Amino acid sequence: MGKTKLVDLAKTIRSKNAGTDRITFDIIFKEKEKYELVKKSGVLTRETVANLFSIPENRIVDFVEFDPAFAIKFTITRLQPSGSFGEGDVFGCQQYPPLYDIEVPAID
Amino acid sequence: MKKTKKSKISIISPNGHLGFAPTKEESFFIGAETKPDYYCCDSGSDDIGPVPLGADKSASHPDHQYHDLELMLLKSREQNVPMIIGSAGDTGTNSRVDMFVDFIRDMAKKHNLKPFKLAYFYSEVDKEYLRTKMLNGEKIEGLNSRSELTLEELDKTTRIVAVAGVHPFIKALEMGADVIIGGRSSDACVFAAPVIYEGLPENVAYYSGKVLECASFCCEPYGAKESVIGVVTNEDVKVTAMAPFQRCTISSVAGHAMYERSNPYYEYVAGGCLDMSECVYEQYDERTCRITGAKFLPIDGRMKVKLEGSGFVGKRFMGMAGVRDPYTIKNIDQVIDWARSQVAERFPDGNYKLSYRVFGKDGVMGDLEPIKETKAHELLIVVEGVADDAKTAEEVTLIGTRQVFYARLPEVKGTAGTAAFILDEVIPISDAYIGRWIIRSR
Repeated sequence: MGKTKLVDLAKTIRSKNAGTDRITFDIIFKEKEKYELVKKSGVLTRETVANLFSIPENRIVDFVEFDPAFAIKFTITRLQPSGSFGEGDVFGCQQYPPLYDIEVPAID
Repeated sequence: MKKTKKSKISIISPNGHLGFAPTKEESFFIGAETKPDYYCCDSGSDDIGPVPLGADKSASHPDHQYHDLELMLLKSREQNVPMIIGSAGDTGTNSRVDMFVDFIRDMAKKHNLKPFKLAYFYSEVDKEYLRTKMLNGEKIEGLNSRSELTLEELDKTTRIVAVAGVHPFIKALEMGADVIIGGRSSDACVFAAPVIYEGLPENVAYYSGKVLECASFCCEPYGAKESVIGVVTNEDVKVTAMAPFQRCTISSVAGHAMYERSNPYYEYVAGGCLDMSECVYEQYDERTCRITGAKFLPIDGRMKVKLEGSGFVGKRFMGMAGVRDPYTIKNIDQVIDWARSQVAERFPDGNYKLSYRVFGKDGVMGDLEPIKETKAHELLIVVEGVADDAKTAEEVTLIGTRQVFYARLPEVKGTAGTAAFILDEVIPISDAYIGRWIIRSR
């Protein structure tokens, strides 16, 4: 059974502040089939995402499969509000790249 | 509400954050050609962090703000239709409202415009007003699982704005305003207000605000600062891209519902919540998406208003050091421990803050970075030092940066300095502030 990386299936993978206390991640697909494939594969869940970013699951405050846009979306809390002392990404827009390499098993 | 109801109104949205980067003119003029009923734009964001609100300054450049306002003012006055701006100057503080009002007055003179009615409202909330309420037992709820506001937190807050819903905008329209400059506002309400004022239902009004507030971010392909037009009727909202290279598609419009929001189904504003869970998206024509099924759910009980507060943390400096030696890169944590220890030796009272971000390792992601071992052949270390006074902040940052150069590693071969400097100095930057966003009942 072959595997494909998420970066090769999704049209958009992005992150961005959702208010000052949260960062939200969007994975959007062009084709319904690819969206359904990833949705059913179980590689993107609260648990896998928490593991990938090494955060406790309670930092994931929303996890939504959004059918109208063929999109999977989740939101995490920040440890301190955006733009605080020691900030590395004021807009939260460069936190998504680790999602690229998630491997999605193909359906035979 | 107006006495004569319209069955359809059109609104142009030229820019998702007026002034942050200039409005693209071609698509704006194409949109203006269609003679929209309203020119609306939001100028605010909490993306920019707590510094502009705390320091009472804009993140946007004044020339860009002037440019964007001037485009809208000239076209709306030519047509004699209202122009509505929310969250003046990024933060919507009183000084930012005054600045935008001055810009508009200046433009009126410059272009010799016929007299028109200019309305504006302020959003700053006096700390003493909140203190009195709190001393009288009123609770000020925390937002996003924050705890409720305490008097100590209030003391540490420098400046507070309240985020307006549709209400002050509708009031200004009822008073006959031609141009409205709003203080801090929910972006969607800048658009929803005229729709409600014209007598159309709240369901379509708030949805139109939600979809239009970021201008061309609801279009594809990606391209910011281009105009879009929303046409609102009793039943639906149709949104059309004005830039010749863009389209509003089911995917781009539905995708935009998720943008910058924790959840794609709900949008909260003063007075209620927009429920998009049953929205239906249709491709109306090649460049237009039609949306139906949005619902506005008015709040049960007292209205809640979001307050945004920013508190002064300290004076701040920044330093930068580059590292190329592979042995130093491998032991970078030890280097930073050394530099920290040297600052601690100089300031044993610990009355300062010192941060290191190591670019090439985990400078962007910090604790979220899954790659623990850097493969980079060079690193940039960004040092941020904060203290109560500028002199201390400068010295903390200077020692914290310079000691990267003097790092003591047992086997280092480069004994003439372990860091490369772009500048052998530290730079004063904006004071540090922290966001203290809260919510209260009214």
